[in-house]
Amino acid sequence: MSQNMVSLKRTLKYFAVILLSVAPFLSKAEQAHDASAAAPTESEKISAHIDHHLQDDYYFTFFADEEADVKYGFSLPVILIDNGLKVFMASEFDYGKKTVEKDGQFYALSHGKIYKTDAAGTLSYDDHHHITNAKPLDFSITKNVVGLLLTAVILFVLFIGLAKTYKKGANNLPKGAGRALEPLVLFVRDEMAIPNIGLSKYKQFMPYLLSIFFLILVLNLIGLTPLGFNVTGNISVTLCLALFTFFIIQFKANKDYWKHIFWMPGVPVPMKIVLAPIEVLGMFTKPFSLMLRLFANITAGHSVVMGLIAIVYLFKTDLTVGGSVGVSMILTLFIMFIELLVAFLQAFIFTMMSSLFIGMAVQDHHDEDHH
Amino acid sequence: MIPSIVGAGLIVIGGGLGLGKIGSSAMEAIARQPEAASKIQTAMIIIGALLEGLAFGALILGK
Repeated sequence: MSQNMVSLKRTLKYFAVILLSVAPFLSKAEQAHDASAAAPTESEKISAHIDHHLQDDYYFTFFADEEADVKYGFSLPVILIDNGLKVFMASEFDYGKKTVEKDGQFYALSHGKIYKTDAAGTLSYDDHHHITNAKPLDFSITKNVVGLLLTAVILFVLFIGLAKTYKKGANNLPKGAGRALEPLVLFVRDEMAIPNIGLSKYKQFMPYLLSIFFLILVLNLIGLTPLGFNVTGNISVTLCLALFTFFIIQFKANKDYWKHIFWMPGVPVPMKIVLAPIEVLGMFTKPFSLMLRLFANITAGHSVVMGLIAIVYLFKTDLTVGGSVGVSMILTLFIMFIELLVAFLQAFIFTMMSSLFIGMAVQDHHDEDHH
Repeated sequence: MIPSIVGAGLIVIGGGLGLGKIGSSAMEAIARQPEAASKIQTAMIIIGALLEGLAFGALILGK
């Protein structure tokens, strides 16, 4: 153990030396970056493209020809609630170049968001360069909504056969896709629900656990296709999923759960007063970490894959076209395999943690003396 | 002012040290008790996920 500490200290010392030796260059690098901000370089264009991909969109773009300024794809319907329902196609915005007028109210599209504006389309900015115009209530069928609907259809088609087999009798062997899905259903039941929630109570949570497991799994997997979905990499989606877990924990929790939060047994009274706020905070940090983990993993995965594909453009001159394509393809293939693993692992972890938190809230405590 | 990329590096170093510790302990435990491998693996993944959540949280808040 002491040997470990010594090596850790040495590592930290080396790290400090390296940090101090590169520190003077860091400020210079920033200045150089500011100077070149006038015209977007290739790498800036690529990072703008990656940022654009990571966000929700009103268009479904398969690919774009930048030189001819043509995008191949289709626009999606915009549904706004702003003094009545307003439905129109996003193509009316012409990629943010035009304002759209509906019942005397003008709307403008800027950086993937719709704002209320006047006929000229003026947008006002605050000091931090954020748009201050009012936003209408937006229920549009965006790219992410299309992804969710597509996933719902896929899940329905895959699982309807499996459900029908069990309706006929519990010992029936499922046919077709169900045969591949049954092991996964059993995996959720035997590896997550039963060990974490307990044999007597797991059944009522199985529909929820199976739903989030397969929803996240399929959303992650369609995110890896070239269709350009990034649904689980959107923080609103993961927030919603985490909120489901949060509310299920709060509504299904027994009295022991609340007792352990506000007045935990077996702890001295002054300590109880200190611990209660921490435990209350813990109620919120659990779903918060669920939300952040899924969002950050998928966002990071998409950024890395797109960054590696960008090698083709960035190293075109240094490595020749064939070389850069080759390097990019090998690295992307490697990362794609890891992403396949991550897609499964994140679905597993989200379901696992959900069942763990639910299990902690619904467990019976027979042995109060042990606390 | 230290740029955020240095902070990201620090987070990755911290997360890497933590993951390494988890992985090494889990491997030792599995080597000692191979029959408990699946249980240890599950616990390892849970702790890894908690650590990952912390590191990603720091990365995102830093951005």
